[in-house]
Amino acid sequence: MEAIPDNAITRRRRNELRCALAVLVVLAILPLPISDVYTQNLIILTLFYAGLSQAWNILGGTCGQISLGHAFYFGVGAYTSTMLFTHLGIPPTLGMFAGGAMGGLMALLIGWPCFRLSGHYYVIATFVVGEIGSLLFLNWDWIGGASGLYIPFHGESWINLQFRTAKLPWHYLFLTFAAATWLVAWLIDGSRWGFAWRAVRDDVVAARSLGVSVFRSKMAAAVISGFFTGLGGALYGQFVGYIDPDSMMTGSLSVLISLPAVLGGVGTLWGPVVGAAILIPVRELSSTFLGGSGRGVDLMLYGAMIVLVALARPQGLVSLLALVRGGRNARTA
Amino acid sequence: MTADILLQAVIGGLLMGLIYALVAAGLSLIFGLMDVVNFAHGELLMVAMFATFSLWQLTGLDPLMVLPLVVVLMFALGVAIYHGLIARALTVQFNRGMVQIFVTFGLGIFIRGLAQFFYGGEFRSITGGMVANRTVQMAGIYVPLPQFAASLVCLGAFALLLVISRTEFGRALEATREDRDAVALIGINRDHIFAIGWGLGAATVGIAGVMLATFYYVSPNVGANFATIAYVTVALGGFGSLGGALVAGLLIGEIEALTALVLEPSLKQVGMFVVYLAVVLFRPRGLFGRL
Repeated sequence: MEAIPDNAITRRRRNELRCALAVLVVLAILPLPISDVYTQNLIILTLFYAGLSQAWNILGGTCGQISLGHAFYFGVGAYTSTMLFTHLGIPPTLGMFAGGAMGGLMALLIGWPCFRLSGHYYVIATFVVGEIGSLLFLNWDWIGGASGLYIPFHGESWINLQFRTAKLPWHYLFLTFAAATWLVAWLIDGSRWGFAWRAVRDDVVAARSLGVSVFRSKMAAAVISGFFTGLGGALYGQFVGYIDPDSMMTGSLSVLISLPAVLGGVGTLWGPVVGAAILIPVRELSSTFLGGSGRGVDLMLYGAMIVLVALARPQGLVSLLALVRGGRNARTA
Repeated sequence: MTADILLQAVIGGLLMGLIYALVAAGLSLIFGLMDVVNFAHGELLMVAMFATFSLWQLTGLDPLMVLPLVVVLMFALGVAIYHGLIARALTVQFNRGMVQIFVTFGLGIFIRGLAQFFYGGEFRSITGGMVANRTVQMAGIYVPLPQFAASLVCLGAFALLLVISRTEFGRALEATREDRDAVALIGINRDHIFAIGWGLGAATVGIAGVMLATFYYVSPNVGANFATIAYVTVALGGFGSLGGALVAGLLIGEIEALTALVLEPSLKQVGMFVVYLAVVLFRPRGLFGRL
C-alpha cells in the first residue's frame, strides 16, 4: 500500500480552514447592506439550519448513525433554557449551555439502549423515542403541555438574548452557532475520534477488530451531536419567543434537521452548509409564495426536490463542488 | 372497571389491530423483498382512502363495492413507483440506504401536497354505504359494523397473501428475497419481481385504506399516524415477516386499547411505544425477524 504523505492531509485541512474563514468573512458582511426583514430572516434561518444539520451530521454522517429523533434533543434544549429563564431567572446566555447539556444527556440516555440496534431498526427506534418524548411533553402540564410556553420579553439585551426588532444580533448569533458547529466538526474530522467514527460507519466489524470501541464511539458522537442540537433549540426558542411540543419536537422537524446534511453531502464538512443554503430558501420561498393558498404546491415542490436531489446526486450536492475542483486540478496537472 | 368495558376494549383492540397488521404487512413485504423501508407508506394508505371517498362521492357506489377497483389502482401505483423511483434508487453507488429513505420520504411529502391540492386540508368522511353507522350485537357486546367488516376483510387479505406465498410466483418472490443476484441464473427477472412486490405492498395497504375509509376520517395528513404505528409494528414483529406483522399488529391494537383505559386518550400511544422499545432491547430483530 502506498503511504499517503502526512502533509497532504494537513494541507487539505489547512485549506478547508482557510475556505471556512473566507466564507465566515463574507457571511459577516452579507447582512450589512440588507434592510429587508424577510430576506434577513431567510438568511438567519439558513445559518441556523446549517449549524443544526452540522450537529446532526456529527452523529448521522461521520459516525453513520441515522437518527430521526433529533427534534427531541432540540426541544429538550429549548425547554431547559426557557424553564431556567422563567422560573429561576437564569439568563439564556447561560441557560443555552444547560439546554445543550440536557440535549447531550438525553442523547446518552437514548443512545445507550438504541445503539444495540442497527440499520432500519435504529432509524425507527430513534423516531419512536422522539415521538414518545413529544407525547410526554404534550401532556406535561408543568411545562405548559400542548399550549406551550411564552418567553417573557425583558427588553433588548445580549444577556437575555432578546431582540425584538433588530435582526443583526440574530444574524451574528446564528452565524456563531453555525461556525462553532463547523469548527467542532472540523476538529473531529482530523482527530483520532474522526478516524474511529468513520471506521464505525464504514465497517463495524473491521473497526472492532482494529481495537475501536464501537459503542463508546457512537456514544461520544451522540453526546456532541445532542449537545449542539440542544443548544440550537435554546437559541431558536429565544428567536421565536414561544415554544411548544408541536413546533419544537415533531418527527418532521427531526427530518428537517437531517435534510440539509443529506442533500448537501452526508458526512462531509460542507454538506450541511451547502444543503441548508439551497433547501431552506427553497422551502421558505415556496411556502411564502405558493403555500398561502393552502393548496399544497409548496409541499409538492419540497418533496420533488428531495427526491430529485437524492436520486441525481446521492453523494450530495457538495460533490458538484468537488467535480469543479477536480476538473481544475486535472487541467493544471 | 367492569368486565364489560374490558371486554369491549379487548374486542375494539382486536379489530383495530387487524387493520394495523395489514398496513404493516404491506410495508414488511416490500422491506423483506428488497431491504427498502417505504417512508411514503402512510401516504399510500391516504391515497387509497381518498380514492374510496371519491369513488363513493362521484358514483354513489358502496365503499365495499369499489374495493376491487381501488386495489387494482393501488397495485398499478405501486408498480409505477417502483419503475419510476425505486429501481433508480437501487442502482445508486453512494449512500444507498440513505437515498432510499429520503426518496420515499420525499415522495410521501409530494403525495401529501397533491392530496392537499385536489382536496384541501379539511376532514371528510364517508357517510353512506351498507356498513356505515351500524353496529352488530354479539353476546352482549356491541361491535361497530364497519370495524367488524374491516377486520374480516383484513383477515381475508392475510389469507390471500399466504396463498400467494405458496404459488410459483410466491416461491420466486422468496428466492429473490434470499439472493437477488442468483435468481437471474434460473431465469427469474429480478426487476419484474421487485415491481410486483411493490404492487402487492401497495395493494395490501390499499385494502386497509378502503376499509379504514368506511369509518375513519380522510385528510391529507391521515397517513402519518398510521405510518408511525406501522413502523413500530413491523420493527416489533421483525422486518420481512408476514406472521410477525400479524402478531405484532394484534398486539399493538390490544396495547393501544388497554392503554386508553388507564391513561388519558392523548397518551394512548405511549403504551405501544414503550412495549416496542422493551422488546427490541432484548430482541433487536423484533419478535420474528430473520437475520
